Amino acid sequence: MDKRIISFFNFFLERFPLSKTWREHMAGYYAPKNFNVWYYFGSLALFVMILQIVTGIFLTMHYKPDAAAAFDSVEYIMRDVEWGWLIRYLHSTGASALFLVVYLHMFRGIIYGSHRKPRELVWIIGMFIFLAMMAESFMGYLLPWGQMSYWGAQVIISLFSAIPYFGEDLALWIRGDYVVADATLNRFFAFHVIAVPLALVILLFLHIVALHEVGSNNPDGVEIKEWKDPYGVPVDGIPFHPYYTVKDLFGLGVFLILFAIVVFYMPEMGGIFLEHANFIPADPLSTPEHIAPVWYFTPFYSILRAIPDKFLGVMAMGASIFVLFLLPWLDRAPVKSIRYRGLMFKIAVALFVIAFLGLGYLGMQPVSPIAVIFARTFTVIYFGFFLLMPLYTKWDKTEIPPNRVTEKPECSLKSAFKRMLALLLMTKTIRIAGMEFNILVPNKTGASIVLGDIKFAFSEMINAIKNAFSKLKSPR
Amino acid sequence: MSANGVDLRKRRFLTLALTATSAVGAGFASVPFISAMSPSDRTKAMGAPVEIDISKLLPGQLVRVKWRGKPVWVVKRSPEMLERLNEVEEYLADPESDASVQPEDCKNSYRSLRPEIYLAVGICTHLGCSPSFRPDVQPDDLGNDWFGGFFCPCHGSKFDLAGRIYAGMPAPNNLEIPPHYYINDDRIMVGVGSKEETA
Repeated sequence: MDKRIISFFNFFLERFPLSKTWREHMAGYYAPKNFNVWYYFGSLALFVMILQIVTGIFLTMHYKPDAAAAFDSVEYIMRDVEWGWLIRYLHSTGASALFLVVYLHMFRGIIYGSHRKPRELVWIIGMFIFLAMMAESFMGYLLPWGQMSYWGAQVIISLFSAIPYFGEDLALWIRGDYVVADATLNRFFAFHVIAVPLALVILLFLHIVALHEVGSNNPDGVEIKEWKDPYGVPVDGIPFHPYYTVKDLFGLGVFLILFAIVVFYMPEMGGIFLEHANFIPADPLSTPEHIAPVWYFTPFYSILRAIPDKFLGVMAMGASIFVLFLLPWLDRAPVKSIRYRGLMFKIAVALFVIAFLGLGYLGMQPVSPIAVIFARTFTVIYFGFFLLMPLYTKWDKTEIPPNRVTEKPECSLKSAFKRMLALLLMTKTIRIAGMEFNILVPNKTGASIVLGDIKFAFSEMINAIKNAFSKLKSPR
Repeated sequence: MSANGVDLRKRRFLTLALTATSAVGAGFASVPFISAMSPSDRTKAMGAPVEIDISKLLPGQLVRVKWRGKPVWVVKRSPEMLERLNEVEEYLADPESDASVQPEDCKNSYRSLRPEIYLAVGICTHLGCSPSFRPDVQPDDLGNDWFGGFFCPCHGSKFDLAGRIYAGMPAPNNLEIPPHYYINDDRIMVGVGSKEETA
């Protein structure tokens, strides 16, 4: 390269830790090599979050946070702004997609024990992200100023009035008026556009920093840092870049196909993503016949409705989210991953999934005596999953997990030989008389890895022999 | 650093003193920001009393007016409706309105100044939805203990035609009755309890 170009880049590299950061978090961050499909959702959540910020910026260019103009400005975006419909549908579908991938991301954590020591802080920060996301989407839902926006906000803010002594004043302070009104809309806009997104970006940064300090968990729930090669690299780890950047790009491609289908063909999702009542402007004098929050809040909303007491209902709803924070300490199993756990945990997880989905469904339906019985049963199961966890995870029969991560068996001699060849040799393109030829040349880096592996294998063998001898010697 | 070394006690005291002073300062500095979110003077001024004309109200009919942004209902109850108020009493949580909000002279079984005219804030005491007016008796969806009243679609709370909450409902209290008085036979003032009072 030209010397001047090199010195130009060096100017920055000497003054900014770009290559260091890149090494620590991308090319030199070793993630377990056995990630499966469940591990797509973290990077997908990051992508959707960025999509929400970008589409949000463009929506604010046309949206008016004013009770008299808000509903019309959203219709204006949908009808008159060039591509406005697309930007709004990306934003509204993005909100649902974000909750979907985050719920799957959290479920991954529960089944593989990703919240367990030493990753408790990663989980706690993640829970704060979840809380901020709930606040963000709740306040965003008021902005279109439709009937569902209005009465949804009225109900949720009234939750605070259940607090004894100062609850009513707190709700009044949050609304800035005696009912949800222009003042409420205006401040929710400020929170939705500036305050909460800023908090989310900071929390996301902390989430990733905390994760990269302790390293990623994996479907086997074993620590890859316990087995390192002579260079200090985990033998079961592969660099995040290029391996997982490429894998995640593939996952992103699949996600975007599904996402585009929703955005272009069913942006309202039959009234689940955008509720029908929200196409009517907010009317403070009449509540729609049936009001329900958006689907991602319905499990918690069902718990609220299941309890026939205002204060206790609100407390139970708060507890249903708070209990998730305690998960790292509720789980007492000696192993992390569901792969090596016994029947009790598997049944508990299955019941929990049924209860969560059941509560979610019931939250969208009107109240009826049968629905209340179901909602109460599911609520008991939901809390039972968490509160009984210290007991059933302790009683559960677990298997001893392997020392190292497992892979789908591919241990034929042929595949081992192929892998070795791939490491030792690489292809190089050369040009002879205008024609391109691919030739095999020795790969120095690959060779050193193979050499390292052989050395490691030998040292392991010697260790094993030593151990066997020491066991023979020591009298039992 | 002085030749005598560091006086750690003094340093700790100064650190503590500075922290405490800064905390007090931060507390004071947060007051304007917290107060800025309270209802503004204009919003408070909007809470002025509202006058309602009930001369054209027919028996069994309900009108809604806006007071402080909230719906206020006025229902003209027919004699049959008033009779049914006694029938539902056994299903109610607070028939005497002991735990509910209303002016002192509305604390009776009709929960109103005049038996036939019922006036209340149309906001459910549970989570702030506006219940629907359902004067029909024993309909399929509301059960046999329903003798007409207000049904909250959000969480299924049932109120009778005097805004009294049924037992075992999510809502804790009867509907709120705002201070109001009759200017003359056909006009009600909502927001103040008597002519002499100011809002």
